[in-house]
Formats: sequence, C-alpha cells, structure tokens
Amino acid sequence: MDLTSPYLSSYEAAMPKARIYLDNHATTPVDERVLEAMLPYLKEKFGNASSASHAFGWEAEAAVEKARQQVAALIGAQPSEIVFTSGATESNNLALKGALDYYKTKGDHIVTLQTEHKAVLETCKWLERLRAERVEELKTLRLMQLLGRVVTEEEMPSLSQIHSLEEDSVLHLWTSTLRAGARVTYLPVEKNGRIRLDSFERALQPSTVVASISLANSEIGTLQPVNEIGALCRKHGVLFHVDAVQGAGKIPFDIEEASADLVSLSSHKLYGPKGIGALYVRKNPRIRLSPLLHGGGHERGMRSGTLNIPGIVGFGKACEIAKVEQTTEAQRLRALRERLWTGISSQLDFVSVNASMEHRLPGNLSVAFSFVEGDALMRELESIALSTGSACASGSLEPSYVLSALGLGEEVAHCSLRFGLGRFSTEAEVDEVIARVTKAVLRLREISILYEMAKQGVDLKNFQWGQH
Amino acid sequence: MQYSEKVLEHFNNPRNVGTLDSADPNVGTGLVGAPACGDVMRLQLKISNTGIIEDARFKTFGCGSAIASSSLVSEWVKGKTLEQAASISNKAVAQELSLPPVKIHCSVLAEDAIKAAIEDFRQKQAAAKTSEANHE
Repeated sequence: MDLTSPYLSSYEAAMPKARIYLDNHATTPVDERVLEAMLPYLKEKFGNASSASHAFGWEAEAAVEKARQQVAALIGAQPSEIVFTSGATESNNLALKGALDYYKTKGDHIVTLQTEHKAVLETCKWLERLRAERVEELKTLRLMQLLGRVVTEEEMPSLSQIHSLEEDSVLHLWTSTLRAGARVTYLPVEKNGRIRLDSFERALQPSTVVASISLANSEIGTLQPVNEIGALCRKHGVLFHVDAVQGAGKIPFDIEEASADLVSLSSHKLYGPKGIGALYVRKNPRIRLSPLLHGGGHERGMRSGTLNIPGIVGFGKACEIAKVEQTTEAQRLRALRERLWTGISSQLDFVSVNASMEHRLPGNLSVAFSFVEGDALMRELESIALSTGSACASGSLEPSYVLSALGLGEEVAHCSLRFGLGRFSTEAEVDEVIARVTKAVLRLREISILYEMAKQGVDLKNFQWGQH
Repeated sequence: MQYSEKVLEHFNNPRNVGTLDSADPNVGTGLVGAPACGDVMRLQLKISNTGIIEDARFKTFGCGSAIASSSLVSEWVKGKTLEQAASISNKAVAQELSLPPVKIHCSVLAEDAIKAAIEDFRQKQAAAKTSEANHE
C-alpha cells in the first residue's frame, strides 16, 4: 500500500472499515472543479461586488454576474431573476414570508403538503401563529368595546363564551380584513408520496396567495408533478413556489414548463459549497417580495447583505456542471440504485420500497426493512453514512413525519433507511453496502421478536399489543 | 448520539438470544411494547420446581439500547428467585448501561418484560393447580 500520508495508518487503525458516504440528500461533497473555480475568490480576488469604484469590486461583480447566469441557465431563467441567499432555508422563508407580506391585500392563505421540508412547514407554522396572535388581540379589543372596560387574559375564555364571540359579526369583519400571518392548508399525499391534483385544485381559494410544493422530497425522493401543479396555480391566479432544492440539477426542471413564480435552490445539494443558495423570483409578470433582511438593498432590494463571492462562484460552477452532466449522471445513478435494490431484495425477505419507485429522484432509495429497527441497523452499519426515519435516531421519539404521512404505519418509519447515492458513489461501494446491509439485517432479525412472529404467521397488524 | 461502552458490548454480543417453549408449564413469557412505538421485547424465563430462574431467553425489536437492556436483564435474572427478579428496577438497568434520558423507556420496557414473564408463569401455575384440583 502506498502510504502517502503519515496519518493514514493510524487513521485506518481507528477506522477499521472504509467509510462510505450514502447520505447525498443531507449534503454532497464539493466537486473538485467547483473548488478550483472558488479558490481565486478566497485569495487574491477578494473584492466586494458592491464596490463600484475600483477593479477589485468590478472583478467580484463580474464573477457574481457570471454565476447568476450559470444558476439561471440550470432552470431556464433569466440571470436578473436570481436572488442569492444563504441557502434553502432562507430561500423558503423569503418566498413564503416575503410573498405573504407583499400580497397581504390579496389574501392570507397558503397551500402546501404535509411532506414538505421543515423550512417550509415551520415557516407556515410561524405565519399561522402570527395570525392567531392577532386574532386573539382582536377578540380582546372587541370584548373591551362591548364591556367598556379593560379585560384581563384570565377573563377571556369565559367572557368570549358569554358574549358569543364566535358569532360576533363585527369581530368577523375585523378578522376577515386582518393582514397578518397566514392560514395554511397542509394537504396529505397518496401512499406513493404524490399529491392528488384534484384535491390540490379544491384547496385553492380566492384568498390563496401562494402554493408551496417541492420538486423532489428529501426523504423519499418522490417527484411531484410540478408542471401540472403550476398550470393549476396559473389558472387560479395563485403564486407557485417550488422548493427545488433536492431536484434541481438532478432531474429536468424548467421554470416555464412548471409555470413557477418562485424557486428555491441550494448549492450544497449539488456538489457546491454550503451557505449559499438562491431564490428565483419571476420578472414577467413581475413578482415582488417583502425582504427578510433590510440594509443596503442588494439583490434588487430583496436580500441585503454583502454577497458571498466565493460561495456564489462555486454555486454557479456547480450549476453549470449539473446542467451538462445531469442526464448521464441520472442514468448512472438509476443503474446504481437498481443494483442496490436488486442486491438487497434478492437476499432479504420482508423488504419494501417506500413511496413511488417510478416518480423518484435517481439517487434515492428509501427502504423499509421490516422487523428491524432503523437506529439499531444504522449502528450496525456504522461506517456507512445513511439516514433513518426511526425516532430513536432523532432523539425526538417521533418517527419521520414524511414516512408517517404515507399512511404506512409508524412501524414502517421505525424500520426505514434512506440511501442517497451521489456523483461519487461507485459500483464497488454499492456492492459493499449490499453485503453489509444484508448481513446486518440478518443478524438483527435473529434477535428480533417481530421477525420470529412474522415467520410463524402471526398477524402483527391485528395483534393485541400492550400499551406502552 | 453515541452509545455507551456497555450498550455497545451487549448490542454487539447479545446474551441469551432465543426462544423457550412457551407451552412448557415451567416457562413464563413476557411480551411488552408495540411495533408502532419502535420497540417490542419478549423475555422468557424457565423456572425450576424450587422457584429459581434457571434459564432466560430474549428476543427484541428495537434500538441498540432496547437490545442491550433485554440482554442485560436476561443475564441478571438467571439464578434468582422470582421475588429477586421482580425487584430488578429500570433504574438499575439504566444506570448499569449509562442510558441517556431519551432511552430510559428501554430500561422501563426491560423491567416490564420481567414482571410480565413472572405474571405469565404464575397464571400458568394457578391454572395448572385449578385443573389438577378439578381432576381430583
């Protein structure tokens, strides 16, 4: 063996098995070509893109504009429609809070899915809370008006009942003109992880400002029919926000085909650096957003703050590479995934794929290994980086809300692993993973009471389990 | 979250994995937990005619801490009387395995499994006595 690094031998001793990274939905390594593009902007080209009076600034600005083109090209947008942000979470926050605030005279309703990313769901919850707080305030004011005196918080519940605030027409008028926060519809998905277009259309109201749907789910990789969803949004005059963080650069996506108005993107999911992302904001017809960050008015006033030049350059390069290599990479990943699934399913019984196999990110495989708990399985596979829907791994004791939303039962969530193949995954790695996963599942099933019962033909679903 | 040394040791080398004949009048079986909660434990005890636990077997569906907790109690109960076994507390299990707070329920389940197995054995014994009495 060629020991090029003096640390290699001790490192190997500490890590007896080679580490394999199969968690490419969590993050991806920076592509060497991306790093090369970034380096000058971490060294000699350190200028501020806002410095309009000297060459350092011009150099930085030119780099930003090139990256803006590269990012825009990935999704068929114009460069001027790209707003750089710190990443997906900020993009999702800006899209929803920014649109709800700017278009508050139109309405206050959002439609989204139960399986969306936390950056969307938690933003929605915050907007709901904002509205609920204002409604409470209005109730107090109305009671004070009716009683002609100050009302304390403790008195509120009983007084609300006595004065039947629920039916109070003045209060109804006030709350109907309320311009704060949002009301949110969280649509369920089908067992295959996909949206139902008819129930989506039914959920749209005259007061719906924006619908927020992901291109691809981060856990089960399910692809949503964004083009059809976008058409429905257009028809009903609703803004369409696509959280394309997991899908962009992996599968074809075009803002015109999807009739998208707002699109969230993240660099580190497509082999670029962390801490940089973008929000596409349609210019024709012009969509406007209230900013989250106020300041020097960067990014067309939608996102103040000195631009992260090395990050932006890397993100741009990553998008350029993804655009060129997307199709061949997707083919390669689909073949690798096929190899992985065939390898696993040919050697183990009681395994199943969660959600649709057809409408799925090329590198994603979410598998339920029945009767084996996900956290235990991950321990057994310690040097393989994976993710589980099991509650035990998260420390929250709640199994994955995405898997639960599929209606497969919580036990499926507890038994599931997410494999995320990526650009640098190899056949040899996949074969190693198949062998190790199979061995681990077999060992844990030998210990598993549920496996023994299932083998004996016990109906576990209708079995009378004790309360725990 | 990192597992403690002792959890890892039991998880990697679980003791007394297996199945005893649940129809045997000297075997008590305790099945606790539920798949939806993420852990199910079955503990079986073989009790001698003098009331000593002479063998124990377990099978568990659950995280590493749940497997380690069941493995540990399967060792602990052996050679004990039913009263001694029934007095094994979840606290002792949690302490021995240095379980973090979110894994305390694994040790509770292990304690429940011992109690359920003893209860099953006692019910069997009582039923056997009744049927003996009926035969006489």
